[in-house]
Amino acid sequence: MAEVKLFRTWSSTFALRIVWALEVKGIEYDMIYEDLSNKSSMLLQYNPVYKKVPVLLHKGKPISESFVILEYIEETWTSKTPSLLPGDPYQRAMARFWAKFGDDKILPLIWEAFIKQGKDQEEALIAAHENLKYLEVELRGKKFLGGETVGFADLTFGWLANLVSVFEEVAGVTLIDHEKFPLLLTWMKNFMDAPKIRETWPPRDKLINKYRALRETLIAKEPK
Amino acid sequence: MANSSCSDVKVLGAWPSPFVTRVRIALNIKSVKYEFLEEALGSKSQLLLQSNPVYKKIPVLIHGGKPISESLIIVQYIDEVWSSGPSILPSDPYDRAIERFWAAYVDDKIFPSMKLINTAQGEEKAAIVEQVTEGLVLLEEAFQKSSKGKAFFGGDRIGFLDIAFGSMLGWLRAIEKMGGVKLLDEAKTPGLVQWAESLCADGAVKGIIPDTEKLVEFAKILVKMKGVPLGKN
Repeated sequence: MAEVKLFRTWSSTFALRIVWALEVKGIEYDMIYEDLSNKSSMLLQYNPVYKKVPVLLHKGKPISESFVILEYIEETWTSKTPSLLPGDPYQRAMARFWAKFGDDKILPLIWEAFIKQGKDQEEALIAAHENLKYLEVELRGKKFLGGETVGFADLTFGWLANLVSVFEEVAGVTLIDHEKFPLLLTWMKNFMDAPKIRETWPPRDKLINKYRALRETLIAKEPK
Repeated sequence: MANSSCSDVKVLGAWPSPFVTRVRIALNIKSVKYEFLEEALGSKSQLLLQSNPVYKKIPVLIHGGKPISESLIIVQYIDEVWSSGPSILPSDPYDRAIERFWAAYVDDKIFPSMKLINTAQGEEKAAIVEQVTEGLVLLEEAFQKSSKGKAFFGGDRIGFLDIAFGSMLGWLRAIEKMGGVKLLDEAKTPGLVQWAESLCADGAVKGIIPDTEKLVEFAKILVKMKGVPLGKN
């Protein structure tokens, strides 16, 4: 029984970040899969504020919120390489900045572009592209946002490598095209293929079904 | 890194912003001298647009010419650079996680809801006030656990969560006044009431958190200027 347990669902992109961090650092852990329509009493006990995954349990103490968990992992298992954050404070601040930017801007805008149609979708896509431009520039001369190896910001953006092609197939629209975002697409491929990362992808066909159903439900709810 | 000349450290900000307040408190804790460049209301300086092209927002810390944005990221940067000064985050990783968790909670839940109180009315307003009070009760519990009987979330000295939440006190009081509501009270959040007093009296904080009256006036100016009250910027 590992002293680390991770509460996750099979598809949660936020929980996947933690899977990646633990795998990349070679930290032993047990996975506990949650069904969010029927949350376990353990989950409710360990994350009473948000009642969500991921939750990391270390020696019986729970930590919630993916960014908080990632920092905790980095600060606790200091001998486990690779480091997710660089040593220099300015570079650390940059890594944190890009990670936050991803969740504040990119994630919601790509999601909007995925679930909307027509003019709403067009507008969301334009806004998404406006923001993705910053990422494209940041990737110049780098294999990963963390440099040669996967780092903090890469893990938080990893959902792009996982989900964009699923969203594109389900919605029938190109979200990230290689003319505008060649470096980003290369990064997505590098991340997809990175050791320890590629073994963890949720099954693609399951993802397609899930997001197709979700999109249909959301579109049906839209006021006409 | 102990002595930097004043021009080495600049803060782009504005006096009403609680996010800017965080950065100033952190620099004060570390006794770092800085140049405060006040952004004019309703316009963004070239320096701001250059230093924070992604968000175009304050605060921005410019250290040795390099800009850093996002208040809690800036506070962590300050803690890491001026490491010889008093620590802002605790040393234990789990304690750090707890403080980061609640700081994010203030930003994600407490402050956005607080702002909505201004524009809400009747039942909606009552519901939001209840939401905020419940959130503050959670913070009260966190305070009791974290402070271990001392004055601050950080114990004897002001720490990360004290800064993250304390920076909101000016607006909290202003919103209480404007909305005719009580958010922090002796009955539900006695620890936080005491904490707020201790925080505002602390040397690093004094004069940084804006006066309640000034904020109330400022909120009125915002409405006149944009036709948009505080909750909707």
